[in-house]
Formats: sequence, C-alpha cells, structure tokens
Amino acid sequence: MSELILQAKHINKSFHDPVTVKVLTDINFTINKGEFVSVTGKSGCGKSTLLYILSTMDTDYEGELLIDNEMMTGKKEAGLASIRNEKIGFVFQFHYLLNEFNVLKNVMLPGLKLNKLTAAELEHRAMEKLKMLDIEKLALKKANLISGGEKQRVAIARALINDPHIIMGDEPTGNLDKKNSDLVFDIFKRLVEEYNQTMLIVTHDQSFAERTQRTIEMEDGKIISK
Amino acid sequence: MNARLIISIAKSLLLARWRQTLIAAIGVTFSITMFITLLSFMAGLNDLLDGLILNRTPHIRLFNEVKPNSRQPVNESPEYKNTYNFISSIKSGASRQEIYNSGPIMQALKQDSRVLGYSPKLTAQVFFNDGAVDITGVVNGIEVIAESKLFHFSDYVTEGVAIDISKIPNSIILGKGLAEKLLADMGDIVQVTTVKGERFSLKVVGYFQSGIQDFDKVQSYASINTVQKIMGKPGNYITDIQVRLKDMEIAPALAKEYTALFGADAEDIQTANSQFETGSSIRTLISYAVGITLLIVAGFGIYNILNMMIYEKMDSIAILKATGFSGKDVKRIFLFIALSIGLFGGAVGLLLGFGLSAIIDQVPFNTASLPTIKTYPVNYNPVFYAIGIIFSLITTWFAGWFPARKASKIDPVVIIRGK
Repeated sequence: MSELILQAKHINKSFHDPVTVKVLTDINFTINKGEFVSVTGKSGCGKSTLLYILSTMDTDYEGELLIDNEMMTGKKEAGLASIRNEKIGFVFQFHYLLNEFNVLKNVMLPGLKLNKLTAAELEHRAMEKLKMLDIEKLALKKANLISGGEKQRVAIARALINDPHIIMGDEPTGNLDKKNSDLVFDIFKRLVEEYNQTMLIVTHDQSFAERTQRTIEMEDGKIISK
Repeated sequence: MNARLIISIAKSLLLARWRQTLIAAIGVTFSITMFITLLSFMAGLNDLLDGLILNRTPHIRLFNEVKPNSRQPVNESPEYKNTYNFISSIKSGASRQEIYNSGPIMQALKQDSRVLGYSPKLTAQVFFNDGAVDITGVVNGIEVIAESKLFHFSDYVTEGVAIDISKIPNSIILGKGLAEKLLADMGDIVQVTTVKGERFSLKVVGYFQSGIQDFDKVQSYASINTVQKIMGKPGNYITDIQVRLKDMEIAPALAKEYTALFGADAEDIQTANSQFETGSSIRTLISYAVGITLLIVAGFGIYNILNMMIYEKMDSIAILKATGFSGKDVKRIFLFIALSIGLFGGAVGLLLGFGLSAIIDQVPFNTASLPTIKTYPVNYNPVFYAIGIIFSLITTWFAGWFPARKASKIDPVVIIRGK
C-alpha cells in the first residue's frame, strides 16, 4: 500500500477580495492507493478550499500538486478537464444530476466524454455500477423524479463510471438524513474494502470521520493532525 | 463520438426549454421571411423598371449622325500638311442619313457570334392631319418579327395584332396618346404628310402603349416597306440597325469596333442610358439594409434566450465541467444550440418567404403605363435564398458566441461551493 495517488506539497492559498486573507498555509500530505481519508475541521477552516485545489478545479494557489505522480500545477484548463474526467470521481453535497436525462444517461455522461468504450459497453458498465449500488431499477427514470438518497447514489455511480484513481467528496452526506448517510458511508466503505478504491472525503460530521481509516484535521488553514 | 455527445446534450437543453427556443426560432423565421420577400419583390420591381428601358433599347445602335465631315480639303492638301489649320464655320454636309452597305453589314452581324440578333429600322418625321390641325409625329418602319423577338414589340401592342402591319398594306399602329389626339379608332384611315409635302393614307390596325406617355403621343409604327414608300426611298434604305447582344456588358467595346468596321456611328446602351443602373442599385441596397436589420434584431432575441438558458443551467454546466468537459466543449454545446435555432428558423423562413412572394406574385397590379403587367412583379432568384440562409447562420453564430463564451468561463468551484 505504498503506491502514491495524491501528493500535496507546500500548498498556500489566499483570497484577495476585498482584502488579502490567507486561507491555507503550507499544506503537506500524501494519500496512498486504497486509503479512506476524511478531512474534518470547523466551518471556515479551509477544508473545502483545499479539496477544490486538490480536485484541480481551483488553480489559483501556490505550491505543487501531483496526482498519480503527474504534476498538476501549471497545466492548462483543457488538460485538467481531461484529468478530472479520467482520474477523479466527484460526489458533492448536492447531487448535480442533469434533469434532462434519465439516470442511466447521467451515469454514462463522464464515460461518453472519455470516449474509450462504445456506448453499448458503457451502458453495460453503468448498469453494473447501478446494480452494485442497488438502484438498477431506477435506470430509466428521469433524474428529477427520484428521491434525495437515490440521487446521491446515482451521483456516486457517476463518479465511479470511469474507474477513477480517487473519489473526492465534499460533504457527500451533508444533505442526507441518518439512514441515507449510513447507506452512503457503507457504500464508500465497501468500495474501499472490496474494490480497493481511494477516497478523500471532506466532512464536518464527526461520526462519519471517526469511522474512516485516517482523518486529517484542520484548523485555521493548517493541518493539525494527519 | 464526442461531437455526438455534444449534440445530444445540446438537443436535450434545447428541448427542455422548447417554448423559448421556438420563439427564438420564430424571430429568425420572421426576419428571413421578410428578407426573402422584400428582396424578391424589390428585384422584381427593379427588373420591371429596368425592363421599361432595357427591353426596348438596343444594346448597340448603328446609324449615321448628321455632322460636319472630319476630313476637310485643306487638311488633305500636301501643301498644308505640316501646318495647323484653323477652319471656322464648317457646316454639316448634305450627307445621307442612310446607312451605307446596310445589306453586307446585316450579313456580318448575322455571322457575329456575340450578337443575339438585329433589327433594321427607319424613322420618318411626318405630320398627322386632323382636320385643320397638323400634329407632328414619327413613323418608325420596323420588321415586326425581329422587333418583337428582340425588343418585345408585340407585348406593347394593346389592341390589334402587331404582325398586321406587315400583312396589311399601308397600315399603321398608333401610340395610344397619339390615337386619342387624332380620335382614330381601329380601322380608321389617318392622313399623314411627309416633310417633303407628300400625302399618304394609312389604316389604323392597332394601338401601342409603351408606359411612357410622352413617347406614346408622337410615336407610331409601320412596316419598313410602308415607310420607305412614304419617304419615296428605295427598298434598301435603312437609317438604323438595332443590335441586341448576348452579353450587354461588352456593348461599349463592341460599339467602338463596329464604328471602325462599318464606317457608321455606333452608340452603346450604357452611354445612352447611364442613369437607370443607379436607381436599381440603391433600391437593392435599401432592401439588403432592411433585411439585415431584421436579422440582427432576431440575433438579439437568440442572445437573450441563450443567456437565460445559461443562468438556468449553471448547475449543469458546473457539473459538466467538474466531470471533465472543458470550456471548449461547453462553448460548442451552446454554439450548436444557437446554430440549430438559426438553421431551423432560417429554413422555415426560406419556405415562408417563398410562399409570401408567391402570394404577392398573384396580387393584381394594373397600371395604365404598364400594359403587360397584370400582377406585382416578383423575382425568384435562388441567390436571395442562399444569402438568406448564410446570413441567418452568421447572425445566430454571433448571437450564440457571446453567451457560449460566458458559459465556457463559468467557474465550477463558485457554483458548487455556493450551494
């Protein structure tokens, strides 16, 4: 378990509007393959800001970021987009499903963009992921006609479709009740244990964090324990 | 594959907001319809007005102008060869108006591949005698068949049959205005007196209406033989040869060539009627300006609707970008939406424009000055349709480009964190 998936080296970030405020100070850590990591901390400690830098969507920072031993810092927008497409899966607090499509098409969308499999193969794979998450019967329903917990599971299936190196979550259980939260946690746990999937989850839910293998705790833009 | 994905996303966004999309498309349809109709109608009108002149004007007219001889004896004399001679008060010689060697000239014209056809003509100044009053007029001697074929003569004969002047001896077709002045009905006999004082009786077999009132008050037509008889000239006496070319544009050059070749004066249509093109081009310019204005207005409609769509679909754009769609992909999606509105709206506009022009083409339009026109003139030039669809695509592309660029610049972090 020494294969490095993600390395953050001396990451600093400041917001400049309206006055310069330093939000992240000298963040250093690494994540190995198959690790289930949670990032916790109080609201406003910079944990989400850190996640968006690690996700390559935010490029306005100092320091270096490597994913799969490849330097992300300084890459162009289109290049980062294709890295996100292939190597990173996302689960957000809100599900962000496209209402115009059915569940199956929503799950397939990043795969269609990657364009490595034919549509038929991709559909098969999407059905597998839905089956794994026990929602295969929803496949042909419109995305806006299913429940909140189901939507979040569809979002997880979408994150998995390209077999990413790492799944990043920003408060994935934030909008869910206890029952659905536990369900999502169990899914994550199963993904780590059965499929050796790497996870990096930002959460302020202490009970969630305690159950992960490793917790990175943050305060005032600094890591206080990892 | 990637293009297909982008198209399928664009399609679903379009259909999700199909009412707004439809309204945007109707905007384009309306402007293209008006653009096509306006241009077709305006071009039809231009053709009509140009036709008033062009149909009856020869591209090149060969004739002998009455003018002083350019070769004066003093210049020919070897004694004064090296001096500059001032000659004052030269008078025009008693030169004939007849075209010399008209027969061989017509033979040569017949063989010239640039010439569509020619028609000989001679004109005689006469007085029409109406009781005690003499009315000045002109009798044109023409070859009816050639004149009708090349200059649409028979179209302008409103009563009677044009060919009768060559069939019935000593017959005449009077201009409508002239006939009214003479109170001459069909079948009446009118008296004419030539400049030299000889009198003739001619039978009225038709009326002629050119669309130009002043012209109709003095002009009349008879066969060449009749006019030769009135003037007391032999059968080869011709004062004009009217030439119609296959390509009007070469008329000035050819006129020069003929002047040198035939030793007669040659006048081309561009020199004779330089004003008519100005009117046409200004009318065309106005129609284009109105059409393009309409399209730009439609473009703003598309711009608005795409902007709205982008605000509504912020979340979708954010997740597309988060899951690996680049800014370029997002831009393509919205450009595709704009272009499909332009293409669909434009294509329907072409059809409606064609329909509307066809309806205008059926609307009755009767005017005394244009006897041949029964309905509004419409020109169905396919070039207008090509320009219409190209313009609609260009405008919608620009209207889509700005919102699409905005969509491509959306920062997913801002949207996702804002939730």
